[in-house]
Amino acid sequence: MSALLSVTDAHVAYGKVEAVRSVSLEVGQNEIVTIVGANGAGKTTLLSAIMGILPLKGRVAFAGQDLARLDIEDRVAIGLGLVPEHRELFVTMNVEDNLELGAFRIEKSRAKSSIERVYTLFPRLKERRKQLAGTLSGGEQQMLAMGRALMGEPKLLMLDEPSLGLAPIIVADIFRIVTELRASGVSVLLVEQNAQAALKIADHAYVMELGEFVLSGKASDIAANERVAASYLGFQHEGASVL
Amino acid sequence: MNTTILLFLIQDGITNGAIYALLGLALVLVFAVTRVILIPQGEFVTYGALTYASLASGQMPGTAKLALAMGIVAFVFDLFAGRKALHGRLILRTFLANIVLPGIVLAVTLYFAGQKPPVAISMALSLVIVALIGVSLYRIVFQPLAHTSVLVLLIASVGVHLALQGLGLLFFGAEGQRGPAVLSTAFTLGALRFTGQSITVYGITIAFIVGLWLFFGFTRYGKALRATAVNRLGARLAGIRTSLSGQIAFLLASVIGALSGILIVPITTLYYDSGFLIGLKGFVAAIIGGLVSYPLTAIAALFVGIVEAFSSFYASNYKEVIVFMLLIPVLLLRSLAAPAVEEEKD
Repeated sequence: MSALLSVTDAHVAYGKVEAVRSVSLEVGQNEIVTIVGANGAGKTTLLSAIMGILPLKGRVAFAGQDLARLDIEDRVAIGLGLVPEHRELFVTMNVEDNLELGAFRIEKSRAKSSIERVYTLFPRLKERRKQLAGTLSGGEQQMLAMGRALMGEPKLLMLDEPSLGLAPIIVADIFRIVTELRASGVSVLLVEQNAQAALKIADHAYVMELGEFVLSGKASDIAANERVAASYLGFQHEGASVL
Repeated sequence: MNTTILLFLIQDGITNGAIYALLGLALVLVFAVTRVILIPQGEFVTYGALTYASLASGQMPGTAKLALAMGIVAFVFDLFAGRKALHGRLILRTFLANIVLPGIVLAVTLYFAGQKPPVAISMALSLVIVALIGVSLYRIVFQPLAHTSVLVLLIASVGVHLALQGLGLLFFGAEGQRGPAVLSTAFTLGALRFTGQSITVYGITIAFIVGLWLFFGFTRYGKALRATAVNRLGARLAGIRTSLSGQIAFLLASVIGALSGILIVPITTLYYDSGFLIGLKGFVAAIIGGLVSYPLTAIAALFVGIVEAFSSFYASNYKEVIVFMLLIPVLLLRSLAAPAVEEEKD
């Protein structure tokens, strides 16, 4: 079976500076794939380019379809979702409106049941459904951003640093939900600085350095890799995981 | 000054202020959604007013032809933009919207032009014609520039204003026109006389404000428009096309402009270039509202109308000066209250 998302020889540049060089990756059905790497490695840039926010040289195919001619909105419509690092919520609108707008391209009747699913996944959002998005805590905003993206019924959800700046207990919650998503048939492409947590739930992993993938493989193998352990997992020798 | 004059001036101010409120709301809406400072809003006013007046006096308005011409250009733009992924449905949809619809409107206008149609038909036709121009204007000028800075959009906006004003001279000539009143009854209440026209102005303004409130608060497209205004990238990630939001914003702005024109033209003689000053007064209100607040804009507009009425009574030569001077303390206060911004970030 072919991959859900396949990126082949992708280059992304800001003017003359190439932030992503010759990157290829695949995400299969029902798979969590993570890209780990230091700040500034080009992870966010890569996700933005896959979504169509930045121009990309190379080939990106999603569900067998070449994405080159599709705008961001069209990519959303065929089942690609992105939860960006800055969340990009509608801060002056309430939680419910934010969620409903996430289903802008979905039939109204289906959106009704989607919103219930999102509330089951994030009960906190249901409690706050009349509250303005801008007044939510960081963790709740992250949940809302994920919920809004899920309202669009994505086949693949790309998450950019979902744990950034959140309390450990909320981070654990968000990672638990990511695994639940996989169980419900949504593939996830996860970009994380918290490599430890990401590698623990992922099936497959890529390590990115200075715009290139330097390593890829099964997440458990990557986690066991000495170099990765030294650079990203915060200890010198491979061995027992801290988590 | 006696109470009668005072009341009369306030009444006059509120009638004008209601119009400025409509225009101010449209400006805030368009700016919030597209970042365009809509200087040609005044042209929507004159086009609406003079199209209506021309039809009512049995003349053929050139704006109907302009709507079709702009539709053809928009059609070509759509084909060019979609050239890599053209398919039948897209071509048919843009053909129907940009060529067939203005074509039908032109045919209907030609049919009615010679025979002095009833007020309702002139009004409806004028609104549709200006709405078509407004939507095509966005497609032709502002959609291709949507990614540029506010300054570029402003310069384009000035250009559009000058072009439309020039076309206005071509279509309607240098003579001023007046149109028939929408409602010709009148009644007196104490010392005040209410004409049907001023009642229409109040009624339509209130109806439009309530309508806009319902639209933005409760409908899918209204919420999508607000979402685009709050966070453009967020809206795109939710699958909302910014071009769609832009088209709706321009549609509303052009309908509001044309409607304002139709409401004023029975009261005041309008010339091809009168719209600019009227639009600017709506702009004063929008600035007082910080280009973001709808309620503040509406209240400021009433204030602008009343200040205008009083200054035209006491110092009619300086009436425009006084109205536009309102901007100076407002901008001063706002600049003191706002943190220093180095350069706009997009």
